[in-house]
Amino acid sequence: MDGMRLDRDCTDDDGKCAAKRGYTGEDGKGGAKLVSWNRRTGAAAWAGCIFALILAIYIAGALMPDGALRADFAKKSLPPSLEHIFGTDFLGRDMFVRTVKGLSLSLLVGTVASCGAAVIALVVGVTAAMGRRWVDHVVNWIIDLFMGVPHTVLIILVSIALSRGATGMLAGIALTHWVGLARIIRGEVLQIRSAEYIAVSRGFGKSAPWIAVHHILPHMVPQFFVGLILLFPHAIMHESGLTFLGFGLGPEQPAIGIILSESMRYISGGAAYLAILPGLSLVLLVLLIDRLGHTLRYLLEPKEAQL
Amino acid sequence: MMGALEAKNISFGYDRKRKVLDDVSISVGAGERVALVGPSGCGKSTLCKVLAGHLEPWSGEVTLDGEALFGRDAGQGTGFEPWRGPGHGHRPCPVQLIYQHPEKAVNPRRKLGKTLTEAYVPGEDVLRALGIEPAWSNRYPAELSGGELQRFCIARALAPGVEFIVADEISTMLDVVTQAQIWQALIRICEVRHIGLVAVTHSPELAARISTRVVELLA
Repeated sequence: MDGMRLDRDCTDDDGKCAAKRGYTGEDGKGGAKLVSWNRRTGAAAWAGCIFALILAIYIAGALMPDGALRADFAKKSLPPSLEHIFGTDFLGRDMFVRTVKGLSLSLLVGTVASCGAAVIALVVGVTAAMGRRWVDHVVNWIIDLFMGVPHTVLIILVSIALSRGATGMLAGIALTHWVGLARIIRGEVLQIRSAEYIAVSRGFGKSAPWIAVHHILPHMVPQFFVGLILLFPHAIMHESGLTFLGFGLGPEQPAIGIILSESMRYISGGAAYLAILPGLSLVLLVLLIDRLGHTLRYLLEPKEAQL
Repeated sequence: MMGALEAKNISFGYDRKRKVLDDVSISVGAGERVALVGPSGCGKSTLCKVLAGHLEPWSGEVTLDGEALFGRDAGQGTGFEPWRGPGHGHRPCPVQLIYQHPEKAVNPRRKLGKTLTEAYVPGEDVLRALGIEPAWSNRYPAELSGGELQRFCIARALAPGVEFIVADEISTMLDVVTQAQIWQALIRICEVRHIGLVAVTHSPELAARISTRVVELLA
């Protein structure tokens, strides 16, 4: 799966188009307002729960003392048990503690990288749509170029160019993930730019920057935040992937990618849980964030989004 | 001193193959009220947009008191500018267009108070004449009806320095009572401030009632 899932047609997962049809009241149900109110409150509660859970994972990982990661050879390579629910690794470290710390770090990396990517997308998208025609052509050409090169290769190149480690990896992820959102923002701006109220505003003698700030940017707020959150899973996955391949975070850091690459050696030795349980936790976190993004889109743009 | 609004030899089309306006000229004197009539699709709305500088004509020019109102500033390399003149870029254009669909002509994400005061702060008298309640300023466009929104669109167009109002079927979407109210208020303000009016309408009765001259645009 490449690129972001921000398309608005009715081909999204789990056939939620039915829900959308229900919203517009085409299925013959009366009281559409009440139905949508209930669904909206439900969605808001759902978003709150997901956000609280994600925040809890982050705080748990950040507050956990480093002492919990101390090697204890008396307990090395234990299978999952009540005391160590994810088992212990070859140095006797508790895998659950390492996983939570890794997820916490992933969240931090994801926040920084996807914020960077979203800001680039906003600037580039608005510039393309508001500037002259040749600017738009150049930006579109760059977007096509970035889309044409496989993400991972590009991230590795940027990461190596900017010295390996956290900085290079963050820059790599931010520089490769702005394209999809930039395209969407460009399209939105182009559409709003031709609105009658923009023509009226120009007739009032307002300058292009004034119109951009007062008329166009407010329309970008939902797209921006939803796009930002939907970038998150990509950023986290790439962080883990890159770290797994050895181009990302250093081996001393408690990252999921490090855990996974270490565990590869033990899979054949019968300790598959060392890879599967942390990997599964990462996938669950990513799915949670993705759901948060979709829920938020539904809340911000009820007519256009499908939950 | 106010002068006449003139459009000279305007040609325009939305695509290259079909011209909507072919060498159209119209002249409206200062303070004059002209009703623009004609069959659907003959280019009345397009002419309105050209008059107010919302569209750039292929050829021809719009002048006020003999001076070109809109154009490209070759020196600065900017695009089609809606208003060229003294204080250019900061003052409302002397020709203001009011659209047919008020819900499309106001930004749905801005409260109406901000929309109303975008060009200037309308006085109490204008607001009262148009029947705009102070409480509406705190609402979003989706919370008001078309007639209520159209009152805002008219009020915001009556900025100081405005010499012509171009009204593109501004009352077609409204009920009869609102229509009468809005037109009475608008015409009174135009008379007091000596503002000229170009009004598009499909109704011969309305045309006869509001205008001092009827111009027919042929298809």
